[in-house]
Amino acid sequence: MRKSTLFFAFLGFLAIALVFAATDAAYRRGRSAEHLRSSSVLVRDLALTDLCLFSEARYTRHPSQADLHTPFQDHPFALEHFPSGSLLTPPAVLKERYAPVD
Amino acid sequence: MRPWIEKQRNILDFTLSSLARRKGKNIALICVYTVLVVLLASVMFFTHALRKEAVLVLRDSPAMIVQRMVAGRHDLIPAGYADSIRTVKGVSAVRGRLWGYYFDPVVGANYTLMVPEVFEHPAGSVVIGAGVSRSRSAMTGDILPLRGYDGQLSYFTVAGILASDSELVSSDLMLLSEQDFRKLFNLPGGVYTDIVLDVRNSREIATVAGKIVRLLPDTRPISRNEVLRTYDSIFDWRSGIVVVILFAVALAFVIFAWDKASGLSAEEKKEIGVLKAIGWETSDVLWLKFWEGTVISLTSFLAGILLAYVHVFLTPAALFEPVLKGWSVLYPEFRLLPEVSAYQVATLFFLTVVPYTVATIIPSWRAATIDPDAVMRA
Repeated sequence: MRKSTLFFAFLGFLAIALVFAATDAAYRRGRSAEHLRSSSVLVRDLALTDLCLFSEARYTRHPSQADLHTPFQDHPFALEHFPSGSLLTPPAVLKERYAPVD
Repeated sequence: MRPWIEKQRNILDFTLSSLARRKGKNIALICVYTVLVVLLASVMFFTHALRKEAVLVLRDSPAMIVQRMVAGRHDLIPAGYADSIRTVKGVSAVRGRLWGYYFDPVVGANYTLMVPEVFEHPAGSVVIGAGVSRSRSAMTGDILPLRGYDGQLSYFTVAGILASDSELVSSDLMLLSEQDFRKLFNLPGGVYTDIVLDVRNSREIATVAGKIVRLLPDTRPISRNEVLRTYDSIFDWRSGIVVVILFAVALAFVIFAWDKASGLSAEEKKEIGVLKAIGWETSDVLWLKFWEGTVISLTSFLAGILLAYVHVFLTPAALFEPVLKGWSVLYPEFRLLPEVSAYQVATLFFLTVVPYTVATIIPSWRAATIDPDAVMRA
């Protein structure tokens, strides 16, 4: 068999695997309704605002509720204390400037 | 058309034989290339899926949260503020929310303690998130001691465990009655952590926020839209660890491309010289190098995308787990919903396959246009 035929067969195999992955993604999304509903109901009932990704600091546990003084929680010029602070940067909403400040 | 296809297949046959002659080097190249694609694709898939899931789940969060600020910090808000907010036109379902943090020295984890609007269990009971249950090995019916503001232990009975399906939002939660919450933190009656409210017409949220700030200048309203925007930009590719990973991968690609663009090996040059001497055109040599780049980059790209999919969506993202968990004692166990768009795949293709193929062609063109005799003698 020609080498190019083998190569195209290999590419075809990878392409079919990709189609399988896409089908798997669609199937999982279809099955996720229950999982999403469970989270959504909890969010609505308890009035939750954030994902529970990093629970070590209040501004990484509830980034959407962080205030402008969060960076100075210990003292002015305080360095970032928690490792998750480098993963989760401040929300865009806090960094917006509405008017010139100088 | 058919002769042209046959010619390309012949060149491809020759390319594959040529690659097989340098088997070790090319297999190593494909492995490294695939790892880079896996890393880049995993970061893209993971952050995109997380953002998507956050937005889907948090669109049911309150329309607005009102915090009271004292000296620039979030402070307790008097119940009277809720009465004032009720007078604002368009506002409905105003209620105070009680929540806070509790550091558990036993496992070294922070819990989020919260009072639900309706708590169906008797005082002295708690309902805990799956993460808390795991870290404290606490099951329904067990006793969970919590240390109050005065250092005294209060004993709570675990009345239930929140569904693990919702762990992404509830892993560290501990739900208890208002009476227990106030007693534990010595919180006087008539104050809340913040106030949540609904706005009848969602287009009026910004107007309502403005009215609340005018009415109660020491408050800070946070709209649902702002919450969603926070998560829409979470793990943005321009910030934090993501940009570090992207920079490392980009640097690796630059080294790759530089290695290719800085010239061919003596053996490769000799091969081009021999091909030209036996009658290959410059265009044929360029096709040969094009196919060489395509075989390596396309194989690595497709294999990389597949492995990244398996890594992020079918396993618990083993490469990211230690980074994300960090020092966390209490980390939710969650499996993201697969969310891969054509845009992501196209971006990855243009970031990985195109630069490599181009970098292979340029030095080959330089070698293919000089005299074969000179190339072979060099």
